[in-house]
Amino acid sequence: MDAKKRDKLATVIIYILVGIVVLILAGILGNILITGIPHLSWHFLTSEASSYQAGGGVRDQLFNSLYLLILTTIISLPIALGAAIYLAEYAKDNWITNLIRTTIQILSSLPSIVVGLFGYLLFVVQFGFGFSIISGALALTFFNLPILTSNIEEAIKGVPQDQREAGLALGLSNWKTIRGIVLPAALPGILTGIILSAGRIFGEAAALIYTAGQSGSTVNYADWNPFSPTSPLNVMRPAETLAVHIWKVNTEGIIPDATIVSAATSALLVIVVIVFNLGARYLGNKLYRKLTAAK
Amino acid sequence: MQDLEQSYVKTFAKDDLELSTKNLSVLYGGKVQKLFDASLQFKKNTITALIGASGSGKSTFLRSLNRMNDRVATVKGEIWFHGLDVNKPNINVYELRKNIGMVFQRPNPFPKSIRENIVYALKADGQNDKEELDKIVEESLRAAALWDEVKDKLDKSALAVSGGQQQRLCIARALAVKPEILLLDEPASALDPVSTSKLEDTLKQLRSKYTMIMVTHNMQQASRISDYTAFFHLGHVIEYNTTADIFTNPKGKITEDYIQGSFG
Amino acid sequence: MENKEDLKKVVDQAIAEQQVPHVKLNKMGPSSVDVDKLTKPSKETHQEYWGKGLTYFAIGLIIVLVVSIIGFVGYHGLATFVSDHVNVFHFLTSTDWDPGEGKNHVGAAVMIVTSFAVTLFAALIATPFAIAIALFMTEYSSKKGANFLQSVTELLVGIPSVVYGFLGLTIIVPVIRKLFGGTGFGILAATLVLFVMVLPTITSLTVDSLKAVPSHFRKASMALGATHWQTIYHVVLRVATPRILTAVIFGMARAFGEALAVQMVIGNAVLMPYNLVSPSATLTSQLTSQMGNTVMGTLPNNALWSLALLLLIMSLVFNFLVKLVGKRGQK
Repeated sequence: MDAKKRDKLATVIIYILVGIVVLILAGILGNILITGIPHLSWHFLTSEASSYQAGGGVRDQLFNSLYLLILTTIISLPIALGAAIYLAEYAKDNWITNLIRTTIQILSSLPSIVVGLFGYLLFVVQFGFGFSIISGALALTFFNLPILTSNIEEAIKGVPQDQREAGLALGLSNWKTIRGIVLPAALPGILTGIILSAGRIFGEAAALIYTAGQSGSTVNYADWNPFSPTSPLNVMRPAETLAVHIWKVNTEGIIPDATIVSAATSALLVIVVIVFNLGARYLGNKLYRKLTAAK
Repeated sequence: MQDLEQSYVKTFAKDDLELSTKNLSVLYGGKVQKLFDASLQFKKNTITALIGASGSGKSTFLRSLNRMNDRVATVKGEIWFHGLDVNKPNINVYELRKNIGMVFQRPNPFPKSIRENIVYALKADGQNDKEELDKIVEESLRAAALWDEVKDKLDKSALAVSGGQQQRLCIARALAVKPEILLLDEPASALDPVSTSKLEDTLKQLRSKYTMIMVTHNMQQASRISDYTAFFHLGHVIEYNTTADIFTNPKGKITEDYIQGSFG
Repeated sequence: MENKEDLKKVVDQAIAEQQVPHVKLNKMGPSSVDVDKLTKPSKETHQEYWGKGLTYFAIGLIIVLVVSIIGFVGYHGLATFVSDHVNVFHFLTSTDWDPGEGKNHVGAAVMIVTSFAVTLFAALIATPFAIAIALFMTEYSSKKGANFLQSVTELLVGIPSVVYGFLGLTIIVPVIRKLFGGTGFGILAATLVLFVMVLPTITSLTVDSLKAVPSHFRKASMALGATHWQTIYHVVLRVATPRILTAVIFGMARAFGEALAVQMVIGNAVLMPYNLVSPSATLTSQLTSQMGNTVMGTLPNNALWSLALLLLIMSLVFNFLVKLVGKRGQK
């Protein structure tokens, strides 16, 4: 076979492989959305999950997922921000920094089930929090920290050096320059990073099944006192999320409409993740334009 | 290798001095030396131009004067300011930089409003009296000869004005902190001729109150606005004299070659 | 400039022009220098002190966290060997997994073999696809096509792993059951699910590696009369190989650590897989399904922690491999 024929063959093979992947994705998305969306009714979103009959919804799971997402972001953001500022602005180029970066990389590549089990060991058992939202939020924080840190670090590094020099030359401290000038300029990137990591948190289940738990408690949506045991805001109650719900109904298989419930929940999860992705891009662009705009 | 011996370095009476350096050397990464034993004196209320080819160490020298090189390089030697060696580690660099302001090569206003650009550092310093701040905004913009052009858009983004205006805004921003010395690192290199001439007029006016040290590649500019000129070559100060003498009667061969070669 | 005289004229003129009447600067002017302040700590010094301190604290927290994860999991994982006296060699090679029966029944070989099998197979299938997509994006398609595939891979990353598990359970498992008989659960199902999951990881890193190949290599090769494919095969891929390898290792790390999606389709029977469609168990699937059924401090529980420790160690090994390959690539 001569070179030209080989060239042609290679091209054809590459196109075929790409085509297959596109088909797979189309199949996955199509399957989730087509089987799931018809069951995504208002009733499904607003009624309680049933434990053994058909027709249950995901009201509590949806709330728990959102609540955990918010709590996790609140806990992890300051830490990730601090760590990212350290890495982008203060870290010197030496072996200690290398070691720190390796440590963060290790954390980011730890299997989430291991992170979840550590959370179980530390919070559920050792600290006696039990299966609870707070245990889950802390485990998700561990899972979220490395990604969020590196996203924010990238955003901070994207701010031109001359902005820092401008601040320093005015006699501002490094810290004031970072807080008052660099961070606002990095805001679009930081926000994009937060939203992208939010998508990951929203779909995570392995870190949660042994921390936030696999069952919900009775929740009374009229009770917003966070210290009341039935309040949705109570962080000490066990809480099953959407992703954990999919896993549970499929592995336990008690409810007869497990497939329908999972398909609808999957569709919900995927839609939320897509919205997060698009939202991150849109918001990032818009904020960026607003910041640099010639008004 | 050319002979790098100094041909002439001007000195001043002690009472006229605003700033002086003694044997200032700069090393990058502990190995690469970019500046060798620069000893220069700067007279009060004058403009001094630092000239020389790229890599001659003039910018490195300038950035050492307000300790902007601290993070990236090792600066050895002495910098005398008001009877203090301000290159010592015990010096409060933040206070120092409030007294020795700096304007950079590319205009770098903050992505904030024009007003906020000027008052930002003052607010950070604890000044909160709105009337006082407004006064400072007007005065520093007037001093930078920008007031008439922007007085109606003080709350618009600083990025919305032209490059030349941005650069004068950066000067106004530096002046608002009330420094004695203004360091200018090729302030006109990113500007068009009209903006450049406006900027030069501004600097000339400022000479009555400030001492300015300016790095420039542009020989005409140096001759147009500076009182004294220092010529740098390969990290060494070769010659330092009045601008008229440097340009018309250089003492060193290298100086003469450089000026002949780059004038035009 | 002709000569010194001309030069003198120009300079004289320029200096004469300097004599513009100075516009009076009203109140604006330098404030007198407070020399005392120059040697004393100021507000900024304290600000810097606290701000820097905060960032050190944050980074310290993350380091403490990683160290304690390794410490805790290590402590509990080693208990099997230290306090329950299970033989490490036996643990790694025996297929007899029934820790409730005592220390001679703690053999993790099934989980180890299956974990490695699904990881390797998934990487083997995903790599050619990933390279094809990456080549298509960087060498063949228009910018539009590349952007489209970029979004496709980003979307694939974004889909939660339980959703992959659910799809595997409802689509792949029944198809395998129909084609090969049996339950449909097993290594093949897990491999196919993991293939889709690691594909975007490997693809996006491979794209980065191809983009990093300087374009003058391509031009030089084309100028020598090489075909597009020859250029890609002999030049681009060769230069990018270390980084593609890194991409594959990252993909394998993800596959090895994936828990729920695998647990849903592997069958969860601690049986040595005798073919690709017999139910088995991986380290992660065993942890996921059994951790809740054991009591803290007992041998069955400690044995599970040993599996977790093994996962942790493998995660460190993958990290080490990435570093190693990265260093090789730099040479």
